[in-house]
Amino acid sequence: MSFVEYSDLIQDGDVAIIYLGHDSMMPVKVQQGAQTQTRYGAIRHSTDLIGQRYGSKVTCSKGGWVHVLHPTPELWTITLPHRTQILYTTDIATITMMLELKPGSIVCESGTGSGSLSHAILRTIAPTGHLHTVEFHQQRAEKVAEEFREHHVDHLVTVRNQDVCKDGFGVTGVADAVFLDIPSPWEAVGHAKTTMKKQGGRLCSFSPCIEQVQRTCEALADQGFEEISTLEVLLRVHDVRTVSLPLPDFGPDPSAPAPPDADSKAPNSASVTIKTTTPPREIPGHTGYLTFATKPRT
Amino acid sequence: MADNGDEDCQYRIKEGDYVVLKRGDIYKAVQIQSRKKVVFEKQWFFLDNAVGQLYSSTFEIVSGGILQPQKPKNLESSSDAKEAGTDNRNIVDDGKSQKLTRDDIETLKEQGLKGQEIIKQLIENSSTFRDKTEYAQDKYIKKKKKKYENSVTILKPSCRILAMMYHGREPGKICHLRYDTLAQMLTLANIHAGSKVLVFETCAGLVLGSVMERMGGYGSVIQMYPGGGPVRAGVESFGFPSHFHDMLHEFPICHVNALLAGTLDTTAKDPSADEKQTNSTAEEEQIQPEAEQQDSPEQQSMETNSGEAAGPDQEKIEREKRKEAKAQEKKMKLDEKRKKLAAATVLLEGRNADGLVIASRFQPCPVLMGLIKFLAPSRPFVVYSQYKEPLIECYTKLKEQGGTVSLRLTDTWLRHYQVLPNRTHPVLLMSGGGGYLLSGTTVAADRSKPAGSQRAEEPAPKRLKMTDTVE
Repeated sequence: MSFVEYSDLIQDGDVAIIYLGHDSMMPVKVQQGAQTQTRYGAIRHSTDLIGQRYGSKVTCSKGGWVHVLHPTPELWTITLPHRTQILYTTDIATITMMLELKPGSIVCESGTGSGSLSHAILRTIAPTGHLHTVEFHQQRAEKVAEEFREHHVDHLVTVRNQDVCKDGFGVTGVADAVFLDIPSPWEAVGHAKTTMKKQGGRLCSFSPCIEQVQRTCEALADQGFEEISTLEVLLRVHDVRTVSLPLPDFGPDPSAPAPPDADSKAPNSASVTIKTTTPPREIPGHTGYLTFATKPRT
Repeated sequence: MADNGDEDCQYRIKEGDYVVLKRGDIYKAVQIQSRKKVVFEKQWFFLDNAVGQLYSSTFEIVSGGILQPQKPKNLESSSDAKEAGTDNRNIVDDGKSQKLTRDDIETLKEQGLKGQEIIKQLIENSSTFRDKTEYAQDKYIKKKKKKYENSVTILKPSCRILAMMYHGREPGKICHLRYDTLAQMLTLANIHAGSKVLVFETCAGLVLGSVMERMGGYGSVIQMYPGGGPVRAGVESFGFPSHFHDMLHEFPICHVNALLAGTLDTTAKDPSADEKQTNSTAEEEQIQPEAEQQDSPEQQSMETNSGEAAGPDQEKIEREKRKEAKAQEKKMKLDEKRKKLAAATVLLEGRNADGLVIASRFQPCPVLMGLIKFLAPSRPFVVYSQYKEPLIECYTKLKEQGGTVSLRLTDTWLRHYQVLPNRTHPVLLMSGGGGYLLSGTTVAADRSKPAGSQRAEEPAPKRLKMTDTVE
């Protein structure tokens, strides 16, 4: 198992995702002899997980069953332990495309936070790219570095515990893309520029507040960035439902000719059933503004 | 790729390169060919002068359709001591504020004045410009720039640029797939280097090309194609290095049933069967109709169809000769095709693909139900449709059949912003919709179905009903 490469069988030391039900999943560190409690009972790693195929159905001790999934950055994003506010897949997907990430890209990121975006970046730039990620909170930096090791992606990433606004990314002239998710991104725009390749590259800044966007855009323009563009992307979920709609009864219509199969229809089944979708009652209506820019050749 | 230091040669435009022309928000994909006239934004020009220049350079189009490299922007473009009004109370739209007539402007253009100079003239001859607010002046200049500046930037193609280009220029060709929706697809399907991905698309090759870009030449992509041959004109526009095409395979969907049933002609799997001509006749007959369909206008495959044009009747001998050559060529093509089929068959047979991406104008349900069988368990799939209802059908069918979890029907809402000091607000127009996605993950097929009804989404423990309200 690795976050950048699929494998078929669950092995000791893997991180597996237990799928308990719709929108209910949990990550599990697979360990010989260990047990994991779920609401359907215990899962014994040695017998239930190790050696089984990813995607298998596992019966828990109380008789309920779950599916064991191979980890992906997207599953990790929904199951990871939150140490900070995190980026979700809708924004991550947009960021990945707009930063033009692909295998081999060199990327600088700050802050690392809980590593939600970092995992997605690593998946996309493997096997030949590299991620330099900067986190000013020491415990968080250490924790995420440990996770990268557990997920077998540590060879693709360098974690630095420093303040990007003061100390930059620790590398110069190497990055194809820079991502900023910090409280005052405008203070890091200069460092972002110097960390990027002289041939140019792409930058993205994520900010929840429009005032941050305003200042960041000014700083980007001052530093000579081009194609500055701010956008917002939201996910809309459509829950599939079967609904029954009653039909109104206007009484017999004397002007209408009697339908040929009028008798066959029971009068009390006066409703139609349709498959349709409904929106969830509440959805995230704002995550943050994404500002993209291109650094020209310098 | 990894640090290339000061090596600039890979950043230079070469003859034969596929590039993207850009002006403002308008893009166009073209190939650099000498003495080839290109029409872009109602202007024609030649790209010859771009060869040897760096990518992302901007050129001025001068008379005769010649490109002239533009000098780096002069920093203080229009920041002369400004005079501006406070509001528009004194501005009347009487159509008389501009002293220059259309003819005057045309004359200026003929004199070879650059866009910037024309704009300057326009401002000088506008009686109301000085009374406009600072903001309105900016807007005026921007508008005129768009109209009179005849510069063009040449970019290296990328998934981002091509997706935006297709969406802006020819959305019908890509089933109205918006770029952010494509971005979701690539991420939801966990497209990455080293995996084995099935792609079924009728989006001119944009989706296929995007998948290939994300795989960087590692792993394999199998294009499942309908009809006589794979359509992938858009893949060329990505300008991939030649080794990227080694990972690309193709398989006609008309053979899917045979492959699943295990009855697909096995001789096709043997590349050494080429010599055994007699042996292959039967098979040839089988493949023949397809080969003929190749000439349909749909056919835009990567192979060059050189010499395919049927010659008009001349002398008998020549005709015979040509016939022979044609037969030979046809045979070679068939062999080639058979080899490709064999290679793709080998990849599919194991039914252990890592990802499935569908984006087509076909009814998605049968496509999905047919192709999902090739996926290994615990692998993501994503289906795009311009319409929501067909995806509801897919959702229902998958729920009935089992073998998938995390099904989700979604679309994305995308809004751009104008960010300017004291003038920040959403852009007035936005895309009304970018299409719908159904995504999910496969799991091991449930052989021993629990007695009774359809299996529920979740296990039903005896204790109490789970709180999840989702069916």
